[in-house]
Formats: sequence, C-alpha cells, structure tokens
Amino acid sequence: MAATTTEKKQLRIATRNCGFIDPENIDDYIALRGYEGLAKVLTMTPAEVVDLVKRSGLRGRGGAGFPTGIKWGIALGNKADQKYMVCNADEGDPGAFMDRAVLEGDPHSVVEAMAIGGYAIGATRGTVYIRAEYPLAIKRLKKAIDDARDYGLLGENIFGSGFDFDIELKYGAGAFVCGEETALIRSMEGKRGEPVTKPPFPAQSGYWEKPTIVNNVETFANIPAIIINGADWFSGIGTATSKGTKVFALAGKIQNVGLIEVPMGITLREVIFDIGGGCPDGKAFKAVQTGGPSGGALANKDLDVAIDYESLAACKSIMGSGGMVVMDEDDCMVSVAKFFLDFTMDETCGKCTPCRIGSKRLYEILDRITKGKGTRADLDHLKSLSEIIKDTALCGLGQTMPNPILSTMDTFADEYAAHIDNKKCPAHVCTALLTYTIDPAKCTGCGLCTRVCPVECISGTKKQPHTIDATRCIKCGACYDKCKFDSIIKQ
Amino acid sequence: MSTIRSLEDLKAKRQEILDRKAVAKGKTIINVSLATCSIAAGGKVAMEAMQDEVAKNGLTGVEFMQSGCMTYCYAEPTVEITLPGKTPVVFGGVDENRARELVTEYVMKGEPVEGIIPVNYERVVL
Ligand SMILES: Cc1cc2nc3c(=O)[nH]c(=O)nc-3n(C[C@H](O)[C@H](O)[C@H](O)COP(=O)(O)O)c2cc1C
Ligand code: SF4
Ligand code: SF4
Ligand code: SF4
Ligand code: FES
Repeated sequence: MAATTTEKKQLRIATRNCGFIDPENIDDYIALRGYEGLAKVLTMTPAEVVDLVKRSGLRGRGGAGFPTGIKWGIALGNKADQKYMVCNADEGDPGAFMDRAVLEGDPHSVVEAMAIGGYAIGATRGTVYIRAEYPLAIKRLKKAIDDARDYGLLGENIFGSGFDFDIELKYGAGAFVCGEETALIRSMEGKRGEPVTKPPFPAQSGYWEKPTIVNNVETFANIPAIIINGADWFSGIGTATSKGTKVFALAGKIQNVGLIEVPMGITLREVIFDIGGGCPDGKAFKAVQTGGPSGGALANKDLDVAIDYESLAACKSIMGSGGMVVMDEDDCMVSVAKFFLDFTMDETCGKCTPCRIGSKRLYEILDRITKGKGTRADLDHLKSLSEIIKDTALCGLGQTMPNPILSTMDTFADEYAAHIDNKKCPAHVCTALLTYTIDPAKCTGCGLCTRVCPVECISGTKKQPHTIDATRCIKCGACYDKCKFDSIIKQ
Repeated sequence: MSTIRSLEDLKAKRQEILDRKAVAKGKTIINVSLATCSIAAGGKVAMEAMQDEVAKNGLTGVEFMQSGCMTYCYAEPTVEITLPGKTPVVFGGVDENRARELVTEYVMKGEPVEGIIPVNYERVVL
C-alpha cells in the first residue's frame, strides 16, 4: 500500500454515500437527507428543475458528456402522452466498474434521481437497464425500489403532490453495443440490440417512439446533491467546460487499484502518482488508456494535462465512462491496441460493413505486426482503414473502434517501427519476436533450465555454461522463469 | 411501513432515524465493505470471523453493518470500525486472523492494529 499525500485530492459527490451507508437500508439513506431532493423539486415547476440542472453544468458521465439539463429540456419540450426515464447501467467498458459500485453502495441515490428526472421531463415511468452479470447490484436496486415504494416515495401521488412515478428493471445480456442508447432502447423493446441512426434522438422519439431520456448511473448519482446544494455549488467545482467530479476505476499496473472520485481539472499525474501510487514494483509508467476501447492512450507527455472533456480530446483520447487502464514499461503498445481491437471485433453487432469487416482487417494487420510479419505498407493501411471506419460506421462503437490504434500509432510510433523494421518488441511481450539466449558469464551450469524446457533445446555439461538451440526454441519462457542466476537473456 | 406523504413527514421520519442512531452512539460499529469485489476478496469471511469473536468474548454493545464499495479495492477486504466517541478507522487486508485480532485488540482494548488506511478524500455530506 502506497502512502497517500496529506493533501486530499479526492472529492466525493457521486460516491458520497458509498461505504458509509447500508445500501439495503432505506433509513440509512434518509438519515443523509435522502429523498429531500425529490421533495424539493416537487415544489418547483419542471422547467425550473431543468433550468437548475442546466445551470449546474452537469454533463453526462456515460461517455459522450452531453449536458444533462439540455437533454432533459428537449424531452420536456416534446409533448407526449407518455415519456420515459431510463437509467443506463449496462457498463461494458473493459476495466470499468464505477456504475456497479454506485448501485451496490448507494442504490437509493439513483432511484431518487430517476424520479427527479421523471418529474422534470414529465415522465411517470422509469426503467433501469442493467446487465444480468451484476446480480448484487440488481438485488440491492430491487430492494431499494421496493422500500421506496413502501414508504410512498415511488408510486402514485408522491409527497401528496399528484406526481406518479415508478421504476422497473430490465436485464441486458451483457453486449457492449447494448450500452449505446438507441441499441439499448431497442433491446428494451424486446428487439435485437442494434443501434439505429440519430436523429431522431431518444429525447425526441425513443422507447416505443415516445420521448425518452437515457442517463448514466453516475450522472444520476450527482443529481440529488445538485438539487440540495444548488447549481452554483456544483458549477463552482471543476473547470470552465467540465463541472463537478468524475469517478474513475483505476486498473492495470497501478499500486492502488480501485475507485476514485476527483474534481475535474485535476492532472493525470496527480491521479496516477499521488492517488494511484504509481506503477507497482518500481516499474516505469508508460501509458494510461482512458475511455476504454473508444479512447486512446495518454503518455508521459500528457501527465500534466488537466482532466476535463476538452483537454482529453485535445490529447486524442476521451473522458469516456471512467475506466483507466494503466500500463508500465512491460506493456507493448501494439499488443494493447490489439487487445482493444479484439474486444470490439467480438462486440460489433455486425450491422454495418465497415465495423464488422473493418475490425477484422484491422485486427489481422496488428496481429501480423506483433508476429514480425508487418511491413511499412501495413502502417499506411492501418491509418487509412481506421479513418474510413471512423467516417462510415453507424454508431459510436464503430466510429471509435480505431481510436486505440490511431492514438498508439501517434504516440508510440517507435514501437510500431521496432516491430516492423527490426522485428523486435521493445517491451519483450510479443512472443514471436523474442529470442532467448544464455549469458555464459552468468550461467553456473546448474541444469535447471534443461529440465523445464519442453522441447529439450538446451544443452550443456554440468557446471559448464549451457546453450540454447535457437532454431528449436518455441519461446515458451519456462527457462527464463526458472533460472535462479538471471543467466537467460530475453530480447 | 408508514407512508411518507409530505416533506414534513420525511423530516419527521429522518428525525426518528437520527434519534435511533444517537442511541447507538455508545456502541462500537463494525462496518464491513460488501460490494462484489469485497465479497470476492473475503469480506464475508471477515464479517463472520468478527461476529464469531464478538460472540465468543460475550461482547455487548457491538453492532455490525454492511456497506458497499469503500473504494479501496487494492486493500480488500476492508473493515471500518468506529469505537464509541472515536473517529472511524478503516483497516485493509482483513483476513480471518486479522479480523479476530481487530476484535480482541482494537475493539476490546483499543490497541492499535496494523493496516490502517488513511482517509484520502473529502466527501460531500448533504
Ligand atoms: C458502443 C457504446 C457503448 C456504450 N455503453 C454505455 C454504457 O455502458 N453506459 C452508459 O451509461 N453509456 C454508454 N454509452 C453511451 C450512451 O449511448 C449514452 O450516451 C449515455 O447513456 C447517455 O447518458 P449520459 O448523458 O448520462 O452520459 C455507450 C455508447 C456506445 C456508442
Ligand atoms: S458501427 Fe458496428 S456496432 Fe455500430 S451499428 Fe455498425 S456494426 Fe453495429
Ligand atoms: S538454469 Fe540458468 S544457471 Fe542453470 S544452467 Fe540454465 S541458464 Fe545456466
Ligand atoms: S524458451 Fe522455452 S523452448 Fe526456448 S529454450 Fe527456454 S524453455 Fe526451451
Ligand atoms: S468496487 Fe472494489 S472496493 Fe470498490
């Protein structure tokens, strides 16, 4: 465990109650002024509520960062006999678990916020779309909804105001694309979870073609605090364009793995070193992937960038939903790009050709490069294909799929070059490009390596330096792991 | 359950809950993080060990509660203990042995036990 600095860098708004209340006890939530925000908005007009959220500057935390108040205002302005408030709890980004933690730690804040949003836009029905792989979050959310209903905080005539609102759950099978709002709505309707073109936006025509607001879990979790503490309080935190805080899930090569919530405008350096404790085992920090498969890798040169939507975009990455995967000197950036491509290739819904076939082609090129069979022409192909896919894919999944490639090609061009021109992987990750040799000066001839080599390609007499027959070596690394004298050189 | 029909009802309810909690002020509160990852790391094992130890020693005035993510995934299982009148302290890496030690050393004697996680955030309390 790394020491933390004395200055507290974290500020918890969305996760204010996580770890402090029993999520299965509504009284714990009420003790912390739970449902007071809902009571307060019911004394205001919907337009006043929308205005308050607009003035707070809150932007959607699900990835795109669209201003929440403006979105609510569009739905409020669209007249309809029925409107819907949807909570997006699909959370498919590799390495992200912010939404799960909020739902497991403080489900009532999301329930309350959905009712507040419902009142603001004129919806009486809410749905939480949650992936079935989150059983504990589902259990706690269900209990929260039931308990709120028992107290009369959901259902008919809430706080005697005449406002009706209730929430149901719908389960997703855990397809990444179902987190995209139009696909999510189709999935809610019992159809295949495939995206459709926008416009119309869901706020105009969504679930069953009625005005529908889809918001992320963390977006909702901020709402009760904004209602109680006011728009000025919230907009006083953060940067000019990005207000409030952001929850990140630190994962990968970082000492303090876990959830953090920080004010917008904090630097990456503070997040990774002061809060995250840097990379474990004294390894050097190399990069951090923000925004999951839709984002890009930020490197040393970006460490002093203040985190907000605009500055991350300027560094060719995105805020995304908050997964932060940290990489150290032992990670190969070509392999990292390949890892994310592998993910999107599996998760494409297949509706459009650039995404379906393009992902496969991109993957093949990356695979070739990691096997030492790449050429300079492959780099040009990667770039042009990436740009075409970005321009022609229908939904955000395809449009952002090439981002990890483009960003690593840009920042780590030398690593791509080493794989292609020198047939070497500088981080010693790409198996096909490694050679194992024995340093005769260090080898004691203990013979341990000969015993573990599965293809018996190491030879030598006892107490004499051994040698590896490179033509037969399958590069399994067993000898390297076993040698007690660091005599095996991996290059 | 009684229905809450107005803001006044809600405030009355809140007062009633706060009064109830004030009575618990004289008690030791053991709060175990039981989110998915904390459970996977052994949070329930820690909870059960502490419950067992509390029972074995015939302690009264100890209350258990569960909560969600305490945000210290790297140090799970985590347990927050509030001794009467003291600031809450979070302990990390609470395996079964450490759990029992927390009861016999920290809860019973107020002795310091290793593995304290410093608070590294400010939190908005509404
Ligand atoms: C491929 C893809 C996956 C997405 N997955 C999620 C998700 O898991 N959770 C989420 O809240 N938003 C996700 N989004 C963004 C949603 O489409 C939508 O913008 C968001 O839920 C709006 O809520 P917000 O304004 O509160 O951020 C995804 C978008 C795309 C293109
Ligand atoms: S871009 Fe990809 S995921 Fe999106 S609709 Fe097209 S095929 Fe489906
Ligand atoms: S295990 Fe290491 S020291 Fe022993 S023979 Fe092999 S290379 Fe030499
Ligand atoms: S890498 Fe594997 S195959 Fe190659 S010499 Fe070592 S043990 Fe044998
Ligand atoms: S989700 Fe792991 S303790 Fe938070």
